[in-house]
Amino acid sequence: MSEKTIEKTAPAEGAVSDKATAAEEKAAARQASLIRDGWEILRKRPMFYISAFVIVILLALAIAPGLFTSRSPFSDGFCQLQNSLNPPSSGHMFGYDVQGCDIYTRSVFGTRNSIIVGVVTALATTALGGLLGIIAGLRGGWVDTILSRVTEVFFALPLIVGALLIMSIVGGGDAWSVSLIMAVLGWPQVFRIMRGEVIANKHNDYVMAAKALGADTTRIAFRHILPNTLAPVIVVTTMNLGVYISAEAALSYLGIGIQHPNISWGLMISDATDRFLTSPHALLFPAAVLSITVLAFIMLGDVVRDAFDPKMR
Amino acid sequence: MTTIEKTAGVPAPRSESDSTPLLEVRDLHVEFHTRDGIAKAVNGVNYTVSAGETLAVLGESGSGKSVTAQAIMGILDMPPGRIPQGEILFRGQDMLKMSGEERRKIRGQKIAMIFQDALSSLNPVLSVGYQLGEMFRVHQGASRKEAKAKAIELMDKVKIPAASARVNDYPHQFSGGMRQRIMIAMALALEPDLIIADEPTTALDVTVQAQVMDLLAELQREYQMGLILITHDLGVVADVADKIAVMYAGRIVETAPVHELYKRPAHPYTRGLLDSIPRLDQKGQELYAIKGLPPNLLKVPAGCAFNPRCPKADDICRTDAPALHQVTERDGSELTGRGSACHFWKETIHG
Amino acid sequence: MAEPVKKETAVDATPGVTDVIKKDASTTTEVEALLDVQVDRGEPILQVRNLVKHFPLTQGILFRKQIGAVKAVDGVSFDLYQGETLGIVGESGCGKSTVAKLLMTLEKATAGEVFYKGQDITKLSGRALKAVRRNIQMVFQDPYTSLNPRMTVGDIIGEPYEIHPEVAPKGDRRRKVQELLDVVGLNPEYINRYPHQFSGGQRQRIGIARGLALNPEIIICDEPVSALDVSVQAQVINLMAKLQDEFNLSYIFIAHDLSIVRHISDRVGVMYLGKIAEIGSDEEIYEHPTHPYTQALLSAVPVPDPAAREHRERIILTGDVPSPANPPSGCRFRTRCWKAEERCSTEMPLLAIPERFRGQDTPAAHESACHFAEEKDVVGAA
Repeated sequence: MSEKTIEKTAPAEGAVSDKATAAEEKAAARQASLIRDGWEILRKRPMFYISAFVIVILLALAIAPGLFTSRSPFSDGFCQLQNSLNPPSSGHMFGYDVQGCDIYTRSVFGTRNSIIVGVVTALATTALGGLLGIIAGLRGGWVDTILSRVTEVFFALPLIVGALLIMSIVGGGDAWSVSLIMAVLGWPQVFRIMRGEVIANKHNDYVMAAKALGADTTRIAFRHILPNTLAPVIVVTTMNLGVYISAEAALSYLGIGIQHPNISWGLMISDATDRFLTSPHALLFPAAVLSITVLAFIMLGDVVRDAFDPKMR
Repeated sequence: MTTIEKTAGVPAPRSESDSTPLLEVRDLHVEFHTRDGIAKAVNGVNYTVSAGETLAVLGESGSGKSVTAQAIMGILDMPPGRIPQGEILFRGQDMLKMSGEERRKIRGQKIAMIFQDALSSLNPVLSVGYQLGEMFRVHQGASRKEAKAKAIELMDKVKIPAASARVNDYPHQFSGGMRQRIMIAMALALEPDLIIADEPTTALDVTVQAQVMDLLAELQREYQMGLILITHDLGVVADVADKIAVMYAGRIVETAPVHELYKRPAHPYTRGLLDSIPRLDQKGQELYAIKGLPPNLLKVPAGCAFNPRCPKADDICRTDAPALHQVTERDGSELTGRGSACHFWKETIHG
Repeated sequence: MAEPVKKETAVDATPGVTDVIKKDASTTTEVEALLDVQVDRGEPILQVRNLVKHFPLTQGILFRKQIGAVKAVDGVSFDLYQGETLGIVGESGCGKSTVAKLLMTLEKATAGEVFYKGQDITKLSGRALKAVRRNIQMVFQDPYTSLNPRMTVGDIIGEPYEIHPEVAPKGDRRRKVQELLDVVGLNPEYINRYPHQFSGGQRQRIGIARGLALNPEIIICDEPVSALDVSVQAQVINLMAKLQDEFNLSYIFIAHDLSIVRHISDRVGVMYLGKIAEIGSDEEIYEHPTHPYTQALLSAVPVPDPAAREHRERIILTGDVPSPANPPSGCRFRTRCWKAEERCSTEMPLLAIPERFRGQDTPAAHESACHFAEEKDVVGAA
């Protein structure tokens, strides 16, 4: 008797679900993973395509600047002082700067440094902050206490001010050193988010279930907790891309970020400020390129947040 | 301290002296517009409650029982919710046609609601005395002192021990049962005509459940209020309700006076529910189980919504949605207050 | 953290309970060998002795100091026999879920022992503990939080094999997972779906399949159906009963719903404020309860039959369960008990067969921790 009823009930339940429409089946395939889940929302947003288009061009500029200009800012005779501050003309659509260098070419070659700073800093802060956040959240106790206090010290120090301080001591240099310094200052933000998410997730029953199966800490951290905490971290990382790019420009503008002969949009803007009234083009073009870049990343961050942040749904 | 009492029989159904019932819901529909389509939460619900009467609305999650209550209270989130048709008559007046101001006057003063989760329904940073007194200050313009005195009076009424000492305590300082009493006190504050209780004891322990239900029933008798008790628990209902409406997939599938329903269910769903709960006084080998799953509201089955899970389902059930039939005795004499939305109600009730 | 265990909690004489079968093993390999031994039906497979769990209450952020302890579990002893279902009932805060976590070694016991096949599992760690976990599994209360939303059903049910690769070779796992889906009544083709695509009842089936994957001997079920709809509860209960027969499982079934516990259990323990108030066969507890708390609990259960209800006597307890951080002295139930006398506040009643019934051949002669234990039929069964 007992067997029979169950035989009857069990497949029936399956049968009901089997009647799930094609739409439901599609939904099944669709909402497969975190990434695909977010992608479903992303691909419906025009803002995503606009920002992605700009970013793809920026990446191309950064990787292969030679494709966009035949000149090289590092070749001899690139800057001709007699061209100093010449306005835009047919072959030189952004005109020339004080040194008589072609602004367009310099802007193209400057992309790489901006992108390096943005991507490297964002990834480094995420890696460092994320890892420490998982450790602090999972271990708790004194490890958590110490790490949390350390981050509070960093939080008292705004990014730019902190970078100013460090760089005025050790000096700026190229994109890599600027990235390193900003990553050192920026990780606590990701740490705080990650730690909070881990603490919120680690008491979930599925973590308990994994422990009950005999899973070790590594498995629990990376297989169970990490995938469920990633969404807000992805959002912050994307947002930070733009933030770090503009921070680099600001530091370079102040003269302590990227140094000559490296090219940086911030440096170009800084060089052009004195003569803004007489030759505005020398400032406006690099400023416009910088603005478009930062805007593209912030826009991307915004749509990514809509797509990934569960609180936004 | 502890009382042992013989349960008095369930109170006799009160006669409906008024010609217009206190509350009448007519052909109410509620739908929700979601990303995946339109979810039809309520599909033509009718019921009435008179003063001093307790109507129990019984159903599983997704049956539309809570949504109906929210529509009555006017606390439905709109959008995504929408009421495409139907009337909610309070003392003969359609509340859906009233202005926001008029409805607000009814809400709280004439119709009050008690929620399942008392902790999240109370403001954690205000003392319970302040929150209870607020009703009097806002609606009756009472002074702080008067409001506090009234709050203590109310706490006494719901049998919170040492009310005057605890009036300044905060919600988290009370236990679950006490918090639910505070919720009841708040609902009672302005002596409403109708109280809607949405799963008032689900979050409580059995020993506390009994206390709270008893209190609710006692106060209802005292104030001659109408009470709509929304629950999924057939056991809780049996105690206090006069009549029961069983909901499934947004429809009422059976209505009956409380005794009748348990004795002779006239809908296969009700019968299945009754058979599937284990009984304390009977130990069987195998529980009867209703097969399948509650329906997806985005895609309610055609015909009778219960047909994929029903042991009696026939072709007609898959095509025609059954109306709520008047249930009669074998000899054709009418059974008052009984209805069943099943094509085969006769077979179900009479075997 | 470890607070000294008070004398009164340590001496819970439980004469009805079989003496502990201890087996010595010094190396991990020896332990593993002992765990492979089959226990005969009706023999104790799990023996819990004076289990205590106190959660410290601390103050301060940087320098924490203990200001007290929540005595969630305070001296619990019982035996689980092979092939039986032991129900544990009690109100929220009585410590029943903590008992489940202690048995799973998800929490570290403050004191006491849990013997599984003669091994005290509270003292095990590393490989030996992992071996124990293969044999004791758990089904969780909330099917919505107990499945990782970012894993497919196949990954969830297959995870036990990844953690214990020796149970199933790699190529075999997918087939095993599909078999398990079939066993719990789900379509094996659902293997690539995600938990949110299932209803509560189906999710609980997935949770049960995961619990079965390693072929355990004991499954601890912590309120496995209380989050489910009434009409689905029966399906899951029936499934669990079927699986018990099929896989020769022993269950510890923890719930607050007395009707469901009676339905599925062979024996029942009633917990109140971290202690067992009464324990016995389902007939002894439900038809011949001798502890006033059990009687009150039973009489409060709503019976879905207004006619049957009128013949019942109801005991309505006043007040709430006291805080486990500060339980009453003596008998913990005395603050709500109508029988309480002076003796109850000074002398803690032990869980034992009450003196007046000792040696008698009556269903009332089962363990009950009350000074004034007497029979009272509250269920009203014919």
